[in-house]
Amino acid sequence: MSPRARFILRRLALAIPVIVAMSVFVFLMIHLVPGDPVQTMLGFRATPQNVATVREQLGLDRPLLAQYLTWAGGLLHGNFGEDFISHTPVSTLLRQRLPVTIELTLLSMTLAVLVGVPFGVRAAARPGAVRHLSEGWVVGGIAIADFWLGIMLVLLFAGIWQLLPPSGYVPFLKDPAQNLRYLALPVLALAFGESAYILRTTRGAMEEVLGTQYVLFLRAKGIPERRIVYRHALRNAAAPIVTVVGIQFGVLLGGAIVIETLFALPGVGRLIVTSIQQQNYVVVQGGVLVVAILFILVTLVTDVIVGWLDPRIEEGAAA
Amino acid sequence: MSLAVAVAAPPRRSIWRRGILSSRKGRIGFGILVGLLAVAVFAPLIAPHDPNAIDASRILAPPDLTHPFGSDALGRDVLSRVIYAYRVSLGVAVGSTLLAFLVGVPLGLYAGYHGGWVDTAIMRPIDMVLALPAMLLAVALIAVLGPGTNISAIAIAIIYMPILARVVRSSTLVVASQTYIEAARARGTSHRRIIASHVFPNAVGPAIVQATVLMGFALQIEAALSFLGLGAQPPTPSLGSMLADGRDVLTQAPWVEIFPGVAIAITVLAFNFFGDGLRLRLDPRGVAS
Repeated sequence: MSPRARFILRRLALAIPVIVAMSVFVFLMIHLVPGDPVQTMLGFRATPQNVATVREQLGLDRPLLAQYLTWAGGLLHGNFGEDFISHTPVSTLLRQRLPVTIELTLLSMTLAVLVGVPFGVRAAARPGAVRHLSEGWVVGGIAIADFWLGIMLVLLFAGIWQLLPPSGYVPFLKDPAQNLRYLALPVLALAFGESAYILRTTRGAMEEVLGTQYVLFLRAKGIPERRIVYRHALRNAAAPIVTVVGIQFGVLLGGAIVIETLFALPGVGRLIVTSIQQQNYVVVQGGVLVVAILFILVTLVTDVIVGWLDPRIEEGAAA
Repeated sequence: MSLAVAVAAPPRRSIWRRGILSSRKGRIGFGILVGLLAVAVFAPLIAPHDPNAIDASRILAPPDLTHPFGSDALGRDVLSRVIYAYRVSLGVAVGSTLLAFLVGVPLGLYAGYHGGWVDTAIMRPIDMVLALPAMLLAVALIAVLGPGTNISAIAIAIIYMPILARVVRSSTLVVASQTYIEAARARGTSHRRIIASHVFPNAVGPAIVQATVLMGFALQIEAALSFLGLGAQPPTPSLGSMLADGRDVLTQAPWVEIFPGVAIAITVLAFNFFGDGLRLRLDPRGVAS
């Protein structure tokens, strides 16, 4: 078996216990709720008969291990339980909401990479005004909370200039132009902070690579600086950049919870928050599990890309 | 003839001058933090008005000399509310990070020092917590434990504890491999004493740096949770709940939204700058980053 195949298999094997542990935590959520979770969900006006019926529906009257195995078995078949308010299967709710969250995070990350990487490369390659500007960008991106930036963007673009809608959502397949108009402000709010982290990592990695002996040798050979920077140095600096993009994807998924609520986007994050407020634990369980698995998969893909960019990592891990 | 060489320990002031305060960022961060801490501690003395006093004649009044940050939808003084809310938010940020430090540092020390199965038993669950988005974990914990200031502090502490444990473990691995630790073991010194007297003082620096930076971000997380209605509950003021309340009057009274956000940004910046200053002194190898 090639080192790459061994590396991927090893990473997959490492991801499985994390997913299982996460599923145990999510499963236990409903049991850790202080008091009777069913009474809490249904409210104190619920009759004992209603409570007993829901408890039986959720299988809470059975031994814990049996409950977990039934629940986990259901998950493997795409059965996340039922929303006790709307009586809609949670899997249906997640299927409706997940594309919104994925679109929001992917667009935000794409914008952050498109700003952060070239900006970081230029700041490392041409110190001076660009570097000072990049310092300011990083400081701003780290200090300014994404949801506050979102509020300020609404104030400017929707309130004062009236260029973009303050909230709402139109599916991409229904009207792509309107979809992008509605997502512009949430994406800007999420991408700014992420671009700062990507910029800082790119700048640091590029500075390190540009100071190495082989870059000095390429310069001595008379290779144009542009080619050295973009063709040779960037490829060698790519591994830490991709790693940070993967890590920041988790931050984006977390940030999406707040941003979706702020901009009334019908994503999984808003579904989780609304369900917590309604004490609708079955939906919270499904939402948390899906976002967590999404992040674990992104981390897995990131590791595989980093291994491909730097085969020494693959060989080291597979050895 | 014997030769006695007396080596004087560097005075404590020089540690600050050569390290933390030697960088411009460190000095700026330290200065701002001292000011912010003073605001939080002396809030009742500094706040110009009662933060909960409703004044119908000043509903959404813009900033002026007596109310520099303007008034909110109930005519309450925004500056006084920011000062009191800041006190709560900073308390959560500092408290949660300290709690994470008190739990995470011993775990990281024991894992790094003992290695083997102790390391695996401690670090594997910690790595699993780290494998999840922090905000999602906080929201999930609040879903279980219920909203509130103390609960959000505990949730933030649970998010931060694995980060600090990991940082301390890394620095402990370096310290534990040093010759002086081997010498202490050879002398028969107990593991507990070696950890307390030799490993901890030399390995804790990067965790202090990391905790300082995390404190700033804790304020951001607390604000986000309160903004979602999952953190501080009324009537407890919080910067996040102020931002949530001000959304409805954003265009009529933007000052209600601007100042709490600026307070959060300045705090995160100050903790970051101070952390950079500390790093020069306590974490020159950059373990925390």
